[in-house]
Order: sequence, then structure tokens, then C-alpha cells
Amino acid sequence: MKLILKVWRQKNSSDKGRIETYPMENVSEHMSFLEMMDVLNEQLISQGTDPIAFDHDCREGICGMCSMYINGEAHGPDRGITTCQLHMRKFNDGDTIYVEPFRAKGFPVIKDLTVDRSAFDRIQHAGGFISVNTSGNTQDANAIPIPKDDADKAFDAATCIGCGACVASCKNASAMLFVSAKVSQFSLLPQGKVEAKRRVLNMVEQMDKEGFGNCTNTGACEVECPKGISLENIARMNREYLKASVASE
Amino acid sequence: MATLDSKIPAGPIKDKWTNHKNHINVVNPANKRSIDVIVVGTGLAGGSAAASLAELGYNVKAFCFQDSPRRAHSIAAQGGINAAKNYQNDGDSIYRLFYDTVKGGDYRAREANVYRLAEVSANIIDQCVAQGVPFARDYGGLLDNRSFGGVLVSRTFYAKGQTGQQLLLGAYSAMNRQIGMGKIKMYNRHEMLELVKVDGKARGIIARNMVTGEIQRHSAHAVVIASGGYGNVFYLSTNAMGSNVTAAWRIHKKGAYFANPCYTQIHPTCIPRSGDYQSKLTLMSESLRNDGRIWVPKNIEDVEAIRNGSKKPVELKEEERDYYLERRYPAFGNLVPRDVASRAAKERCDAGYGVNKTGEAVFLDFASAIMRYGSEKATVLGELNPTPERVRELGEKVIENKYGNLFQMYEKITDDNPYKTPMMIYPAVHYTMGGIWVDYNLMTTIPGCYAAGEANFSDHGANRLGASALMQGLADGYFVLPYTIGDYLANDIRTGKIPTDTPEFDEAEKSVTERLEKFVNNKGTKSVDHFHKRLGNVMWNKVGMARNEQGLKEAIAEIRQIREEFHKDVFVPGGMYEFNPELEKAARVEDFLELGELFATDALLRTESCGGHFREESRTEEGEAMRDDENFAYTAAWEWTGDPGKANLHKEELTFNEVELKQRSYK
Amino acid sequence: MLKSSIAKKVAMSLSAFFLMFFLLQHLAINLTSVFSADTFNELSHFMGTNALVQYVLQPVLLFGVVFHFIMGFVLEIRNKSARDVRYVKNNGSANSTWMSRNMIWSGLVILAFMFLHFVDFWIPEINTKFIQGDWSGVIAGEEGYRYFTELQHKFVSPIRVGVYCLAFVFLALHLLHGFNSAFQSVGANNKYTKGLKKFGVAYAILVPLGFIIIALFHHFNH
Repeated sequence: MKLILKVWRQKNSSDKGRIETYPMENVSEHMSFLEMMDVLNEQLISQGTDPIAFDHDCREGICGMCSMYINGEAHGPDRGITTCQLHMRKFNDGDTIYVEPFRAKGFPVIKDLTVDRSAFDRIQHAGGFISVNTSGNTQDANAIPIPKDDADKAFDAATCIGCGACVASCKNASAMLFVSAKVSQFSLLPQGKVEAKRRVLNMVEQMDKEGFGNCTNTGACEVECPKGISLENIARMNREYLKASVASE
Repeated sequence: MATLDSKIPAGPIKDKWTNHKNHINVVNPANKRSIDVIVVGTGLAGGSAAASLAELGYNVKAFCFQDSPRRAHSIAAQGGINAAKNYQNDGDSIYRLFYDTVKGGDYRAREANVYRLAEVSANIIDQCVAQGVPFARDYGGLLDNRSFGGVLVSRTFYAKGQTGQQLLLGAYSAMNRQIGMGKIKMYNRHEMLELVKVDGKARGIIARNMVTGEIQRHSAHAVVIASGGYGNVFYLSTNAMGSNVTAAWRIHKKGAYFANPCYTQIHPTCIPRSGDYQSKLTLMSESLRNDGRIWVPKNIEDVEAIRNGSKKPVELKEEERDYYLERRYPAFGNLVPRDVASRAAKERCDAGYGVNKTGEAVFLDFASAIMRYGSEKATVLGELNPTPERVRELGEKVIENKYGNLFQMYEKITDDNPYKTPMMIYPAVHYTMGGIWVDYNLMTTIPGCYAAGEANFSDHGANRLGASALMQGLADGYFVLPYTIGDYLANDIRTGKIPTDTPEFDEAEKSVTERLEKFVNNKGTKSVDHFHKRLGNVMWNKVGMARNEQGLKEAIAEIRQIREEFHKDVFVPGGMYEFNPELEKAARVEDFLELGELFATDALLRTESCGGHFREESRTEEGEAMRDDENFAYTAAWEWTGDPGKANLHKEELTFNEVELKQRSYK
Repeated sequence: MLKSSIAKKVAMSLSAFFLMFFLLQHLAINLTSVFSADTFNELSHFMGTNALVQYVLQPVLLFGVVFHFIMGFVLEIRNKSARDVRYVKNNGSANSTWMSRNMIWSGLVILAFMFLHFVDFWIPEINTKFIQGDWSGVIAGEEGYRYFTELQHKFVSPIRVGVYCLAFVFLALHLLHGFNSAFQSVGANNKYTKGLKKFGVAYAILVPLGFIIIALFHHFNH
């Protein structure tokens, strides 16, 4: 395949950045998108120029590190996958492909396609945990039976990989899907209910501090989420938040 | 050759750990506040260690090269975590888990450590549930178990195919709590590049801020290395792209012995390579072998026809197929352990029967399972004379319920529909059992420097059983290290903060700066990946699934050659004080190039076959692996001397009092 | 109280619920004009002169309208600033509806229409009743209440009817997303959501359609 890549290049956070064009030839349809980027980088290095910086690690769709906005969509046109799982067979010979970083005020660009998602970590520091020590003397794991349905729902919420596609896809750069997945996971489990109120208030407060936008319920996040995290979680978080704010005062 | 003191406590094996905990030193809570601990790596071992140490009251500084601790490669583990809970009442016990692990490791692990691992395994599950890890449950609301990796009991806890992710997020949440309280200071996108020793003790590290390129000094009273395995020395592996040996190798070069580097696990069910551009390999859960049958064509003409597309695999009749595992191992069939299945695939492909363009793939076929499940299902539904199409349809549904996500993943990557055509699989490097040598307290041969999780060598011997890696990482981090580290730190309560403006830190920082400067100023012509791929090629072909003396000797020579060329001709674009992924890779590949030689040296020394290490010279008449307990029942711990080919060997003799050494057989 | 993003959204949806209920009530009264001028006149006179409606509900409605708009702008400003650098290429239609992405625009069209509606109806009403003090509901020298006649006069001009219909198309677009979005914002997402979604679509289409039919009816029958 022949392709024309239009890639966002930005030297560092203070650089203004611009789109650069790179023609590519002999792209195999079996390549993953990142392997195609590797090949391009090898070419750039052999020309003595700076390769394109992009985040990636596990390359099997679970670490959540890769983060490209491809042809106007987070993780590209395919569904239920991360950028590293996108394969070139999803494109046609002669296509022009735009590659941009995930954009949000909460995700400042570090270099080229690499962004800083530490805002997500800070939201988790605010309450993304159950306050239990690792004593080894906690009660037996089977002491509290948990309805399978709740356990499954908690699991579904917990599969979030924290990639930030929800923020990138949202027209308001809202982080509600991410935060609600975490809030839901814990609020669905008896272990997490104890401090559910404190958790949701603190996490939402931190989310707002990080400069993410509001949820307009467009549902774009759910569609682009590589793990299919459901909008139900956002509704659940709204509920939890309402309950907590009414009850805490 | 000096002997090593593994500090195994005296007494009967089942009391060793309890007695040890009762007798080691403990640091008073008030004093813990004035003690700093550095943890490098935030996977299951590092993350759980950092959180537990911070809970105890130590000041923890945690480092990871990823942009968040949650992204450590533990997250990719699929299958599950073992624990001797005996919830299923199928006769499981601490002893049985211990026994299975020692046997599975082909009798090359340290008994006392493995017993402790089995002992604390049950606590891990309690701990994780309390943290909110959503393990799979049955309709009664209790935890579900599955049987895994060919063991006879169901002791594996799981969270669909994402157990590693859920456990890591559990450890990460425990870290978050401590980060929020200021007890852990988290350094994301920081890479440890050197260990700092003061008076022979580990007292700090030199790290590089990967965003700004700033070289930083961090001091502490103890340093924990939990940086994972080194499978990426093969270039292609199921490890993450960033997984590296650097932290482990740096402490090795500062005096920590490296044990059994040649013990590598090659996992049989991975998606084959599709071309030269391949950057990594994807693992598919071992559970597929429960229902899939592995085969290649019997006739070489059919192989050719399949490769060039003139014949489809489904067109081959039963008698034209060679179900080689069922043929060679009638008792275990397709369920032989990982190492055996991997070698058998290689044997067929080396003989020319590989079924894809690269010649490195075999079929994993679900057709008969689909038909079997389909007719069972039809019976259940009361359909007496279903058509074959109907049986197939029903069977595909059953298979979809069991493996749907794996089949989908396969289809996304290969564009083949595994319900209709057999999957293609090939073995890939997956886990490294070898690692930094540690004593019973998980301390390396450098006082104050500890190694945990896959980074150490301790519990899996020569071959790791499925669902045991997660168990070991969390056991080390939650339940072993927090106790044993206190024994050492009790002597440090009056030390006070370790200053970083000392000659030792100056020296270490200078060496790091010079090393990196050399890379960016080396105006070579070839990229880092070029050398990494060449190294990987040598490792895979000569130090891979089957090894022999000649190949290993060649490998050592070739690796030295590549290393020389690398130093002369590597080109690293960009500068030192900026975000520069190529520079990061260069430093890691330099370490891999040294490790690779030690790896091959270790493999050359061990002329027996054991677990994941197969020496062609040491096999039975039928071609199966043959252990040599008389000469090799020891751990080979290598001491750095300045040249990886001339490392000093130290032996830790392995004694087995609780289990009887047996030759494994799967016939 | 309205500091957090979720609280703002909840307030937004509560005002929306109120407005959607008002809309239904408004449509119900207007619809009577199609069937019976007298009923319409009676109801209009009641609404226009009842103290509870005029002194309590009217200010509440006014507040609801103004609040909904102001909050809409506040949210929009925050949302715009949450992405300071725009995408060069964005493919929003791949994952969301036009309606959901353009609530601010459909809202602005409705706001513009509200000005027209105020100039047409509300300001003259306020003028008549509160400034001139005429609460009779009749025009001197004419028979019966003035409301139906006034209504008919409004729909003579084809331009006004056109604008009116267009505005209601935008209201439909606004409601097509807004109805269910309001439920999601207050946390209602459960087994009834599927049914509610269908109901929301029906509401979003039928209510504005009702207003359009009334306008067209009077345009062609006077």
C-alpha cells in the first residue's frame, strides 16, 4: 500500500507544533499501525532526522499507553481496540491519514504524539482506592458473598485501561467516563461502599481541578472506548455524587 | 568458587517462615518515618511492595518508566493467580501447591522459598478481595476457580482474561492511597540508570527524568529492584516494548549476582510473526489448548500448497494431518507443559512443516471441539438428528462462550476467522525464570539492595507453572519484603538521611552522564533497533528453544561482535536533555547486549536439560529432555567481573528434603 | 452548591425537566385553538389572569428559561476551554449524533426564537396587564376575549410562520438529545432507559410537530 501520513510534530510543550506530511510506500496490510510508525521512524532515523515520538508499550491493547487520534477518531476507525491493535488492512491504498495526539487541556503535549496523562493519576490519588492495609490478616476472601451480577458489573467497569480515549473523543474533553468507571467499580462492591461518598466527592473535585470539560452525554466516549466501558457508569456516578452531596451536608 | 549463603531459616519447612518472622528485627514505627526506601518498578511486585512499605511507615520513592504505575507489564497477564485456598474442596493444600511448583520448576527452585510462596498465597486472595479486585464469582456470590496449566486441582482465581490487569490495578490503588497521603513519592517517566553504593551498601540510585532528560540523584536506606524480566533480549517476545533488564543489569554490574540467566519460558500459543517489521508477539491464553488440537500436514507437498494458498487447511483429510503432540505424548496430548509443546512445534517447523510464509507456524484446530460441543449441545436441546451445519452452529456458540475474546483478538490481528479455519500459532519468549540472585530475605548480594518479582530468580526454578507469576510478584511485595526488609533497616535507625552530595553520588552520576553523552555524540549510521533485532535473531536461533554447545559458542562470538559494532556504529538522534525514546532504547539495548552473552554462557555451562532450558546433548533416546541432578542441582549465580563472558560462577547447591527428584514424563 | 461539573449538569437537567413539562402544558393549551376558539380563550384568560400563574409560576418559568440559557453558556465556555488546541481533523459523526454535538447551536436558535416570541407575545401581554393595568382580556369594542383573534393574526404572515416552523425543527433537534440526556445527568440509567429513550424520541418529535401543525393550521384557516 501507498499512504500519505499527516502527522502532528511538536518539539516540546512550548513549541507551537504543526502537521508534517510523510509519504509511505510498501506498507503491508498485516502491519499494525504502530509497526507502520516504526517503519516510518526507521526511515527518519536513517535520514538523520528526529523520529516521531509516540507512547506505546504492551502492544496488545491492555497497558493503555498508546494514544493516537487517527483520522479524527481516538485509536482510529476500528472499534473495541487501542491504536496498537489497529491494523493497516483497515485503510486503503492511497489513503491520507491524519495522526494527532489526544487533545485536552488536561493532557498537555510532551512531544509530537506523546501527551501527559498524569491528571488521571491525580484523580485516582484523590480516592481511587479502598482504605485497607496489606496486613495479610484481612478477613477470608469468601466471607462476603457478592452477587455475580454486581461482581460482573464491577469487573466491566474495572477493565478501563486509562488510555484517555474518552477524553480525546469527547467534544468537551470530559473525563467522566474514566472517573465514573473507577467510582462504579468500588461503589458496586461491598468493600468499597464504606467510603463511597467521600470517594466520589473527592474524585469529582479533582477531575474538575484538572480542567476537563463537562459531560454532554454525546456518548462518543463509549463508542471510542477500547474496552467498551458503558455510559451507565456515568449515570451511576451522577447518582452517587447526588447522594453524597445531599447526605454529606 | 565461593558458596552463597541463602539464609534459609532452620527448622521444619512448614515453620520456617513463621519462625523467621518471629525472630527477625523490627523497626519501631517512629523510626520508620526517618527511613527512606526506593522501589524501582511498579508492577505487581514493585507496586505491592511500595504500597506495603509506605503503609508500614517508611518513606517510599517509587519509580517507573511508564507514564503511570498502572501500565507496568504485569497488566498483560491473562490467565489467573494460584492460591492454596482449597475452596473447591478438591484436596488442594499448601503442600500440594508447593509440590506442584517445585516439580513444575523441574527441581531447580529453592524449597524454602517455594514453600513460603505457597504459604502466603491464600493471604493474597484475601488481600486483593479486600482491595476491591473483582475476581470471577459463581451465582452463590463466592469466588470461582479454574484449573490451569495441567495441574490436578482447581486453585486458580481469575478475572476473565484480565487477571493481571485487575491485580495490578489493586496494587496501584493501594499505591494511590499512599501517594495521596504523601507516603509514596511517585516518579513516573523516570528510569533508573545506576545504583549508588556507599560503604558497600545500596544507598541510592541515579535516575533520568525521561521528559526533561534531567539526571537526578535519589538516596535511600534500601533499594528494591522490581523491574521485571528480560525476555526482550530476544527482541521479539510477549513482553512490552519497554520491558528491559537495565535496573537489574545495573545492580549486577555493581555486585549483585545474576542467577540462572538461561532459564527462559517459551510459551507455545502465540500468534506467529507476519513479517520483518514485526515489533512484538502476542500471547493467547494457554487455556486454548484445552480444546484445540495442534497439527501440521503429514506431507510436505500439502505444506507447500497451504503456504502458496492453493490448498486450504480445512481441505486436508484427517489422515493427511499429523497431530504430533497426540502422536508423541499419548498420555498428555495437547496438554503437555509449555516447554514440551514449544519444542515440539519447533521440531516440526525445523523439519520444514511450518504452515505459514515464514515457515514458523503450526495449526491449532478447534473443528473437532466445535463438533463435539455441538452434538453435546444438540442432545441437551433434545434435537435428535441435527444436520452437521446445525451441530457446527451450536458448537461455535459454545466455543464463543469459552474463548470469544481470544478468538476476536486473533481475528483482529490476523484477519482470519478461527471458527472457520484453524488458528496458526508459534512459540514465543514469555517469561524469564532467571534473574538477580536473592537470599531468603530477597536481598541480593549487595547489602540493602533487594530484588522482587520476575526480576529475581527465586521461586520458579527452571520452568514456571501457569498462574504462578502473579502469585510470586504479589507474595514478594505484600507479604515477604515488608517483613524481611525491616531486619536490615533496623540497623539504620540512627543513620539519618543519606546525603546525595557525596563522592559516591558524584561518581555514579558522572558515569551515567558520560554513558548517555557517548550515545548522543556517537555519529553512527544504524538505529538502535537494527542492533536489537540482530541480537534477538542470534538469541532466538542459537539460545532459544533448543541449545547446543556449538550454537552457544557461535552465539557468544556473534553477540560480542554485535556489541562491538553497536558501540561503533549506533546512531541516536536527538539530545540528552529532552524527551528522547531512542536514547532510552540505546541504553537498554546496550545492557541487553551484555546480558545476552552471560545468558549464552550460562546456557553453555549447564549441559543438562531442565525445564525451559533444553540442551540437545542431554536428552533421552526418545529425544526428551533429560536432567542431570548429580552435576547440576545448583543455582548458577554469576558475578560481574567487567566482561560478561568472564563472569565468576558461584553455586548455590539445591537440597530437596520434602520432595523426591523425578524425571518428568508426559508419554 | 453549583461548583462541581456534575452539580451544574444536574441543575441544567432539572431546569430542562421543568421546561419540558412547561412545553407540554403550553402545547396542550395551544392545541385547543385548533378545535375550539372558546376553550382556547377561556384557558388563555385563566392563565393570563390567575394570580398564582402570573405572580408565582410566571416568574419561576422566567427564571427557568434564563437559568437554562445562562447555564448552557457557562458550561459551553468551560467545555470549549477544556480543549485549548483543536484537532486538525475530527470525525465527530463517527461516534455521536449531530444533535448531541450541537446543543449550543440548536439552543441559540431557540433563544433567538424566544426573542421573537417575547416581542410578539410576552412584552405586549406584560404591557397590557402590568403597565396599562388592563386585565379584562377583551379589546374595547370587540366581542369576546382577544386571545384567539390575536393568535390568528400572528400566523398570517408566511415569513413568521416559516421562522416559527424552523425554530420548532431546532427545538426538536434540541430535544432529541436533550430529553434523554437530562435523565442521564440526574443518574437515571437503568432497565427503563431503553423504553425511555423511545419515549424521548417520540416526545422530541411530537411536541414541536404539534406546535408546527397549530401554526400551519391557523395560517391556512383564517
